[in-house]
Amino acid sequence: MIARKFRLMKSEMKQNKHALVLMAPYFLIFLVFTVIPVLMSVVLSFTYFNMLQFPRWIGWSNYAHLFVQDDVFLIALKNTFLFAFITGPISYIACFLFAWLINELPPKLRAVLTLVLYAPSIAGNTYLIWQTLFSSDSYGYMNAFLIKWGFILEPIQWLQDPKYMLPILMVVQLWLSLGTSFLAFIAGLQNVDRTLYEAGAIDGIRNRWQELWFITLPAMRPQLMFGAVIQITSAFAVAEISIYMIGFPSVDYAAHTIVTHLIDYGTIRFQMGYASAIATILFAIMMGTNLITQKFLRKVGE
Amino acid sequence: MNVKSLLKKRLNRSWTVDILLFVLLTGVAAFMSLPLIYTINRAFMPLNEIFAFPPKFIVSNPTFKNFKDLVGIFSDSWVPFSRYVFNTFFIAISGTFGHVIIASAAAYVLAKVKFSFNKPLFALVVMSLMFTPYVTQVPNYMTISYLGMLDTYWAILLPAFGSTLGLYLMKQFMEQIPDALIEAAKIDGATEYRIYWQIVMPIVKPAWMTLIIFSLQSLWTNGSVTSHKYIYSEQLRTVDAVFGQIASGGIARTGPVAAVTLLMMSVPIAVFIFTQSRVIQTMSTSGLKE
Repeated sequence: MIARKFRLMKSEMKQNKHALVLMAPYFLIFLVFTVIPVLMSVVLSFTYFNMLQFPRWIGWSNYAHLFVQDDVFLIALKNTFLFAFITGPISYIACFLFAWLINELPPKLRAVLTLVLYAPSIAGNTYLIWQTLFSSDSYGYMNAFLIKWGFILEPIQWLQDPKYMLPILMVVQLWLSLGTSFLAFIAGLQNVDRTLYEAGAIDGIRNRWQELWFITLPAMRPQLMFGAVIQITSAFAVAEISIYMIGFPSVDYAAHTIVTHLIDYGTIRFQMGYASAIATILFAIMMGTNLITQKFLRKVGE
Repeated sequence: MNVKSLLKKRLNRSWTVDILLFVLLTGVAAFMSLPLIYTINRAFMPLNEIFAFPPKFIVSNPTFKNFKDLVGIFSDSWVPFSRYVFNTFFIAISGTFGHVIIASAAAYVLAKVKFSFNKPLFALVVMSLMFTPYVTQVPNYMTISYLGMLDTYWAILLPAFGSTLGLYLMKQFMEQIPDALIEAAKIDGATEYRIYWQIVMPIVKPAWMTLIIFSLQSLWTNGSVTSHKYIYSEQLRTVDAVFGQIASGGIARTGPVAAVTLLMMSVPIAVFIFTQSRVIQTMSTSGLKE
């Protein structure tokens, strides 16, 4: 049975020699720089590895330790979920909505608006201007503004007070989030066959919302799936903006996320095995979310 | 009613909603353009305005002093500044070019050639996007050192060629191309290479234009992160890495840093404007029908 399947594959490969040649360079590099490191990391998650000595096999104990003894990890888990389930869907919908709205504008205006909306993602670490905005002394724009208009008497410690940290991070993340998926959606909208709309108009589509649901969204399903994966990975992997804006570690771990926890163990404490276990759990969470999301997306336009 | 007159009446659109949407878009656009305005203004601010209280957003006495100071800093370094610029452009351009070609070729096979192992391979690609790169750094360093690529351009270029985002994006777009078109080309005797290069690639032009933006942007700005790990020679460093060194000069360097930020930002923006206008052009010419 297996031998037959193997023979079938072999003849299939022989027939499509050219296709294999086209595919080989990418998958060789992908294997070496992505697949093997990921597999290695998963294996390392079952070991104690301090990057100096040879890894020592310890079975499930990294995972057990994470859930039973590591209180900070549970805080990180909670923060990450809050973050992902609030910013993820909002930014996904915003990406599509803005791409769609812009698409209706005349070309020149569309180009300008695309640039402006994409600006926060294009310019590297521009989110640092939010630090000036929410700076804790009266130099910060936010405090200066609120004091001037008499809302508060003394400056608020925006980035040090656990009450405000997570919401501020969410706002910044949303502001940054018109990125990869936004551009992919814009390009996707260009790919939708124009004649479908004419046909739709004749078939009795009455307004732009019906047009969106019955024509545009189904035609863009591949891009929507792509966007979902990108949004999931960026919503769950948030770390950089937390580290740069709030500091690392944050006060009371109020802005601690799974990835900052991983960075803590991987690059500061040199416990690579433990860090790998964290990465594997994060991976499992993302995969689960992705499966559910893709299931929903398949129903779009029905 | 014929189609032409329908189109003239602007398909299914009402002006009230149009105006509401326009107001909404303008508001959001104003909010999103803050970093651009801030960076441009800050680059031309004299020092006393950068440290003013209350903080200034718009420059009142614009000056070129920050840029002049920057030139002063670079004239002191022992590697000529042009070398850093060359490195940055070389890495960004060849990395992007290689990635677009290699990833699209593989994406074409995944999307349009029937293999029984295409599905699992693609699933593997999507799954790998969800694994955080922080823990794969160590194995990657070992691989690169084993291959003898430490301290060469290859250490940055080769992983960039195989990044997952591009393959995924291209595959999703190529999937929309009707199979019939490719069948027809095959019957006409076109080889796989020709179908990929002369039929599929022109159709998905918006996709690879977008991919160029992503790839160039990541190679342009994240260059310093990767180059710190794998590159040790000063003459192989990129502008971005040098920017980090200037920034670590502290408060005294605030002015030049603002100037550098603007310079670094202008290249991705220029590329963006150029490619976006191409994306929009293709739309008017492509008329693909099933």
